[in-house]
Amino acid sequence: MSVSETRFVPDRLHGRAHRMARSWESLLVVVVVAIFIVNSFASPYFLDAWNLSDATFNFTEKALIAFAMALVIISGEIDLSVAAIIALASTAMGFAAQFGMGTPELVAIGLGVGLLCGAFNGFLITGLGLPSIVVTIGTMSLFRGLSYVVLGDKAFTGYPSDFAYFGQGYVFWVISFEFVLFAVMAVLFGILLHLTSFGRMVYAIGNNATAARFSGIRVGRVKFLLFLMTGAMSGMAAICLTSRLGSTRPSIAFGWELEIVTMVVLGGINILGGAGTIIGVVLAAFIMGLVTFGFGLMNVPGIVMSIFIGLLLIGVIALPVLYTRIARRFRRGEAQ
Amino acid sequence: MMARIFKHREALLFVAILMLVGAIELRFPGFVAPRNLVSIYNDTAILIILALGQAAVILSRGIDLSIAANLALSGTIAALLNVAFPDLPVIFLLVAAVISGSVLGAINGLLVWRLSIPPIVVTLGTMTIYRGTIFLLTGGAWVNAHEMTDAFKAVPRAVFLGIPVLAWFSLAVIVVMMAVLVMTRLGRAFYAVGGNPHAAVYTGISVGRTHFFAYLVAGALAGLAGYLWTARYAVAYVDIANGFELDVVAACVIGGISIAGGAGTAIGAVLGALFLGIIKNALPVIDVSPFWQMAISGTVIIIAVAVNARSSRVKGRVILKKAEHAL
Repeated sequence: MSVSETRFVPDRLHGRAHRMARSWESLLVVVVVAIFIVNSFASPYFLDAWNLSDATFNFTEKALIAFAMALVIISGEIDLSVAAIIALASTAMGFAAQFGMGTPELVAIGLGVGLLCGAFNGFLITGLGLPSIVVTIGTMSLFRGLSYVVLGDKAFTGYPSDFAYFGQGYVFWVISFEFVLFAVMAVLFGILLHLTSFGRMVYAIGNNATAARFSGIRVGRVKFLLFLMTGAMSGMAAICLTSRLGSTRPSIAFGWELEIVTMVVLGGINILGGAGTIIGVVLAAFIMGLVTFGFGLMNVPGIVMSIFIGLLLIGVIALPVLYTRIARRFRRGEAQ
Repeated sequence: MMARIFKHREALLFVAILMLVGAIELRFPGFVAPRNLVSIYNDTAILIILALGQAAVILSRGIDLSIAANLALSGTIAALLNVAFPDLPVIFLLVAAVISGSVLGAINGLLVWRLSIPPIVVTLGTMTIYRGTIFLLTGGAWVNAHEMTDAFKAVPRAVFLGIPVLAWFSLAVIVVMMAVLVMTRLGRAFYAVGGNPHAAVYTGISVGRTHFFAYLVAGALAGLAGYLWTARYAVAYVDIANGFELDVVAACVIGGISIAGGAGTAIGAVLGALFLGIIKNALPVIDVSPFWQMAISGTVIIIAVAVNARSSRVKGRVILKKAEHAL
């Protein structure tokens, strides 16, 4: 999109420790720790096991989608329809619940709708060769529109009682089911992206799709699978969110797509494709969750928090650019 | 002859709009009455203004997701000034909104130009910052109709030669933007930078500066739209025009402006906005529930993109036929 396509190529001239110290992830760790310390000083209620456990709900559902979104963005595409898929999947589950379906069926329906929506996106993008940003703006309206068609101005409630486990249950005393799911998915996506040949294909496509194509990677098929993944993860997030809220409205998860993209970019995934790590996304999820929670404890309205997230996003991205520029100027000054 | 016309995307879209209007007229006679058409155009005027600003940005291979937040913040600033200084003539408030919009656009432009942050990241960040700033300015309170002066609210509704002033504003913007894109050096720079930034550098165009001016133009138009919006609907609060940025991008895309930059026309953006506007206005008339609106506009966007992409697919030179087929 922009002309100067800065890629985060690791600096081979320095040693491993030096590289780690200067990496994006260590910068994020510093930010996480700083926010954690500020929070614990700002509110006496912060350092409480139950509170901290509740804080995870601020990001677990979004982070589930962010993992899949990270892969999509690394491959050079984007999916803006994820929040609308949540709405549609949630609506479908609510509709099914009206007929007295049990929890296993509801979960299957949630995941199934997610996969279908992802397949539809994937077909339009890879089958017809359309730009993903535009396609998913269109399907975003379409999917959410369908929820409005079904629901109108009503809401679906009346989910079976054991369905509540996904959003309200605890696995180990204070650790919620959602957080465990988040951790498992983080590991799975980390392995998929960093340790398998599929992950290497994703990077290759993001760096140069044409070169990837001629080195024998089935670009279309990989991208289709990636959109299937964002669809499935949106379905999974829809199950958790619906279960946590206990109701479905067509405006559910409104505006999440941009928060998820923010999370991914903050996590160090290059929006132009080709670079980034899952651990960065995990850290970014923690940052956004802690900021939301900390501001909440201090009674700061959500909208003010979003200013902070916006500044953080631009600031963190601008920092390396400013740093190299200042360093270069400094070095030039030394040479003279 | 017909084939030539259909190669022009704008002509195709124009025919589609005529057919759409004709179909609605069949179902609901009286839709084409001049008065009704004027009111539909008037309802679409703000979308047209924003789409023209967005067109400049997309042509130069950027995207402005903060355009609706900019509208909201600039409109709120104008409304708050009006509340604080009721004696200030409206023209000052209008200028204030445009200046505020330009400054916000310039911030986007500077971040893209000077720090080379990708446009989508910059405007994603500034979108939330601008909306948050509205909250800081108003404390979350609404600026209501009874707090605004009558003069402030009257401008967009005033009728001149049978057409509301709001519509006149958008007509003026259309003329200016068409002239800018077709006749000025800046307009050509938008196309050149979007078409091939590296080639643009060799022809002596500063890519960063062109981006900056594109965001400046989009910002100024968003500021103008901000005043018009708050004055027309006589309300200003944090969430006005929430999510409108995607409608604006959709209007550009339907109008045949390539999201990859470098291709498209001002008239295309206008027609794209009109197409969306007519659908939104016609649904209640032909007795379709408003809940269908989002689903229908989503379908329209997808179809429009598919049609556009079919007609403009750039075929690269195939050197390995077998590899090409394997994909």
